[in-house]
Amino acid sequence: MNVIALTPFDLSLAAVLVLILAALSRPMGLDIGRPLIIAAVRTAVQLLLIGVVLKALFEHAKLGWVVLIAAVMLLIASREVMVRQKRRLRGWWGFGVGAGSMFISTFGITILVLTVIINTQPWYEPQYAIPLLGMVLGNAMNGVAVALERLTHGAWQQRTVIEARLMLGETWQQAIGEIRLESVRSGLIPIINAMAVAGVVSLPGMMTGQILAGSPPLEAVKYQILVMFMIGSSTGFGTLAAVWLTSRRLFDSRERLRLDRMKSADN
Amino acid sequence: MSRLRVIELANAFIGPLNFEARGAECICISGPSGSGKTSLLRAIADLDEHEGNVSLDGIECNGLRAPDWRRRVGLLPAESDWWYEHVGEHFAAVSEDGLKQLGFDSSMLGRKVLRLSSGERQRLALLRLLANEPQVLLLDEPTASLDPKNTRRAEQLIAKYRRKHGAPVLWVSHDPRQIKRVCDRHLRLRAGRLQSARRS
Repeated sequence: MNVIALTPFDLSLAAVLVLILAALSRPMGLDIGRPLIIAAVRTAVQLLLIGVVLKALFEHAKLGWVVLIAAVMLLIASREVMVRQKRRLRGWWGFGVGAGSMFISTFGITILVLTVIINTQPWYEPQYAIPLLGMVLGNAMNGVAVALERLTHGAWQQRTVIEARLMLGETWQQAIGEIRLESVRSGLIPIINAMAVAGVVSLPGMMTGQILAGSPPLEAVKYQILVMFMIGSSTGFGTLAAVWLTSRRLFDSRERLRLDRMKSADN
Repeated sequence: MSRLRVIELANAFIGPLNFEARGAECICISGPSGSGKTSLLRAIADLDEHEGNVSLDGIECNGLRAPDWRRRVGLLPAESDWWYEHVGEHFAAVSEDGLKQLGFDSSMLGRKVLRLSSGERQRLALLRLLANEPQVLLLDEPTASLDPKNTRRAEQLIAKYRRKHGAPVLWVSHDPRQIKRVCDRHLRLRAGRLQSARRS
């Protein structure tokens, strides 16, 4: 089966839809016209670039190149996690917590799946490694970012409650316990919802893509199930690790709440 | 009988400060706002970073896990916070006597925190702290939002507690008449330092 190739003209037609939406937003006072167009342009440019990169990569499947691209993906995801928090940890922590927890969970799970489950030859076969890592990393990034924003915001907003609990002799884990649970939960809800409605309400993008590209539906479905499980577990482990590390950092060795270790909201 | 020693206690807001509180002694602390009264109590409870030392019955603050220290050196903040829905969920143990003495009965424990007045919250916060049986009480304006009748009730409860447990009390207050009523000794803070100490 062959894919019906899209022409630049086909894509331009789709772009017109976005332009109409942007134009409409102005008289409505919605003020999302500019960000919408910038985001649309970024989508086109970034995806075209990665298309070129992947094409080159598939032709020269060297471990070094795969590692380089994976590292760049991780750095960008970590930066995104950092800037999405208004009150992130100061210094290297703000970047390092996200980077470390996403590295362990997403790289660990992707490598495990490549070597044990799919069993590609070589294990870093870029046609499998890069798309899988990308999907897992993108979702883990969202989970970690949402959870950390919730955690740092919650700790700041409920600082007097946390300290009141410390004053009564609770440990730091007890004092921030509910906030921590709530932030992990909010990081995981999107993927749990996605798994719950997969195939019923939404046809996941990866599976749709495979089917459009001519794969037999059942093969596409099996891969989608695998990917869903990978996304769920890596988002979960990554979020747990990031929330634990950040909440630990909010207290010192004498279990004092150290809000001075977070940036203030205005810078 | 417990003995609290404060030695060269200092941080960005206070000190260095030196004093001692022993037995059932009640020390009032007063001073203009911003003079470091709350900072002093927070430093003693080890909630803020500090230099110098605080010890209780010869045990230094750093010699205990922080939660254990804070359970023994109980700080009552000026504004009480509540994090569960019902009053009773916040209590480690319930003293029927204490409730009665502050004008409540045990039905109070089933009430919703949102429905309480600020005065009720302040009195209940005092009971919540005493339920931990701290060896030292650090009270930051414990009667600020109470009417005269309930102020007296709270004062009597605190006096009874410190005599029964031999617990020293540091009491931040703005009210000269209250200071006269409750304290054995009066410390005045200005710009984080002790101005004068005299017997009242």
